Amino acid sequence: MIMDPFLVYPDPPPPLLVQTLDLAGYAWKAAANASIAGQQEPSDGWGGAVVSAEVDPEGAFVICRALRRRDVPVQPVLILVAGNQLGDLELREDLFDDFCLTPFHPKELEARLRLLAWRAGRATGPEIVEYGDLIINLETYQAAVGGRPLDLTYMEHELLKFFTTHPGKVFTRETLLSRVWGYEYYGGARTVDVHVRRLRAKLGEDHAGWIQTVRSVGYRFGQSRWAAAGGSTRPAPD
Amino acid sequence: MNARLNGPVARSGRDERRRAGGRLATMERQLEYVLRTVEERNVRFVRLWFTDVSGLLKSVAITPAELEDALESGMEFDGSCIEGFTRVQESDMLARPDPGTFELVHIPGEDAPVARMFCDIHLPSGEPFDGDPRYVLKRNLEKARERGFTFYASPEMEYFYFRSATEPEPLDTASYFDLTPSDEASELRKQTIIALESMGIPVQYSHHEIAPSQQEIDLRYTDALTMADNVMAFRMVVKEVAQSSGVYATFMPKPVAGWNGSGMHTHLSLFEGDVNAFHDPVDEHGLSKVAKGFVAGLLRHAREITAITNQWVNSYKRLIAGYEAPVYICWARNNRSALVRVPIPRRGESGTRVEYRAPDPACNPYLAFSVILAAGLRGIEQEYELPPEAMNNIYEMTPEERTAEGISNLPNSLAEALDVMEKSELVAESLGEHVFEYFIRNKRMEWADYKAYVSPFELSRYLGVL
Repeated sequence: MIMDPFLVYPDPPPPLLVQTLDLAGYAWKAAANASIAGQQEPSDGWGGAVVSAEVDPEGAFVICRALRRRDVPVQPVLILVAGNQLGDLELREDLFDDFCLTPFHPKELEARLRLLAWRAGRATGPEIVEYGDLIINLETYQAAVGGRPLDLTYMEHELLKFFTTHPGKVFTRETLLSRVWGYEYYGGARTVDVHVRRLRAKLGEDHAGWIQTVRSVGYRFGQSRWAAAGGSTRPAPD
Repeated sequence: MNARLNGPVARSGRDERRRAGGRLATMERQLEYVLRTVEERNVRFVRLWFTDVSGLLKSVAITPAELEDALESGMEFDGSCIEGFTRVQESDMLARPDPGTFELVHIPGEDAPVARMFCDIHLPSGEPFDGDPRYVLKRNLEKARERGFTFYASPEMEYFYFRSATEPEPLDTASYFDLTPSDEASELRKQTIIALESMGIPVQYSHHEIAPSQQEIDLRYTDALTMADNVMAFRMVVKEVAQSSGVYATFMPKPVAGWNGSGMHTHLSLFEGDVNAFHDPVDEHGLSKVAKGFVAGLLRHAREITAITNQWVNSYKRLIAGYEAPVYICWARNNRSALVRVPIPRRGESGTRVEYRAPDPACNPYLAFSVILAAGLRGIEQEYELPPEAMNNIYEMTPEERTAEGISNLPNSLAEALDVMEKSELVAESLGEHVFEYFIRNKRMEWADYKAYVSPFELSRYLGVL
């Protein structure tokens, strides 16, 4: 199944949160406030929200309240708080479904999100990401194109997963490096080019065009999201 | 995780824990990826690869059942059996697979793929082992990183196909860029490239070289550590593909007198983040101060590092005049007889690079990239002045003219190269005491054996007349 993206607050979110969501294969979008969250909302609605109250607790509770007061409330909502903020949660139990203490352990956050999704009845089988005839099974780490298994290194797998969960969007090399490689990788930004080249080679000639070089910017996977969603080839505003 | 209930934590401590948490999560996931893939893809053997000091690939095959243990605590082996590692009394070593290098390899005729990983060598205490060439290169790259540089390399690999490993009998008599329908070698080259690409080693360019049966495959640039791994895998793949067709592939630098030898011209660049540190749009040659320092460093230390980039007795039969191999220490932009060539970039600034033409494909790539980088960095650090570009064909100059221009020669023989290297503080520092000392001792023995040998040259020339 394909998961609807999570709403993440604040924008930009804390780096470890970004990394944890990316590693776990969740699609997400950040929003700085409730009205932006409304504009950014995907057509099928948000798959849930992860709200960090660390930097701006007031803003965090405001956005939680806004998400809950809608005609169709956003569920599940997980809130990240520091130990000394626990008191702030009192009498606000209606605003969130679960919380996690910061600094959080990535595995713990992942487990809590999985549990929330299961309770909400959103995750029933293995998590699968699809794009065209490409299938990535997030649980077994296996990817296949047209039924042909791809032999990928770990980083190639992570990069492909990231691209596939963010189709149509243009990413700079720096962004890809920080989102996919994470901390302290010493290959440098050109490493992204190297991995893109390898991925293209492994995807094969027919699919190599999925990863497009956007001149003097970076890379985009597939058509722009508008064209992909509408099935048209209209050029994208991004 | 007790600290988190104790109220506010110092910001820096928290950031550190976060970073550690992120790294740990990535590591765990990487291990999980390897283990799951081995299981899902029915991998029956995992090959663990590492390299001895001479640059020969060592491989241990383990079963998936042993993999988890090997990933966690390393695989024990007897280091005294490996060239240049340890003496018998201190022989226990650990090979720790680097999960980032995990690749699946398909062997023709086998259903299930084989997995391979490069290993780092550790002592039983857990310390990295100084004699591990991969660790030597990592240490040198770390020095570059401290200055904000990432080091990229792209080698042009030349080699020969012969009918057997005992006689250098060529498969064809074709030459540079020749395309003939019956070219058996070009079919082998094609299969090799397919195998390389499927292993994630992208090829830039390939063609028939000048000598009969000689091939060239250029590898696209990567960071130097990945490239050294790639060179090791490349040599293996070329030999395996040839062998499966009953042909022998060799990286011997000069297998046949009178033909061109095989080189490993290597294109080099330093990046600062996304920016090519070798490029300066204002400079008349487009070369930055960093690039000039790097080239000056290469030139000044070229003689000291030659024993490493050209490590066999036979390497010096390639480094002679008349076969497009470098002999004289100079640089030029479009003069292919120069030791360092600075090609004019084809497009955009990211193409600025320098080509070092001495190395041959039988070198240890980890050690060769280490000393090349050390020489270049020294030039940048000490702000060596770049000598003027060599304008004339240096080969047509008389020795006196060359001396007047300040152009010296690369070492003439392995013995001379070792003499120069032994006095080099730069090479000793770059390789570390263990490898430096072993290398000199081992190569002195090779030279002594060579010196004691009476060659067919001597018999044919002297026996009848003296």
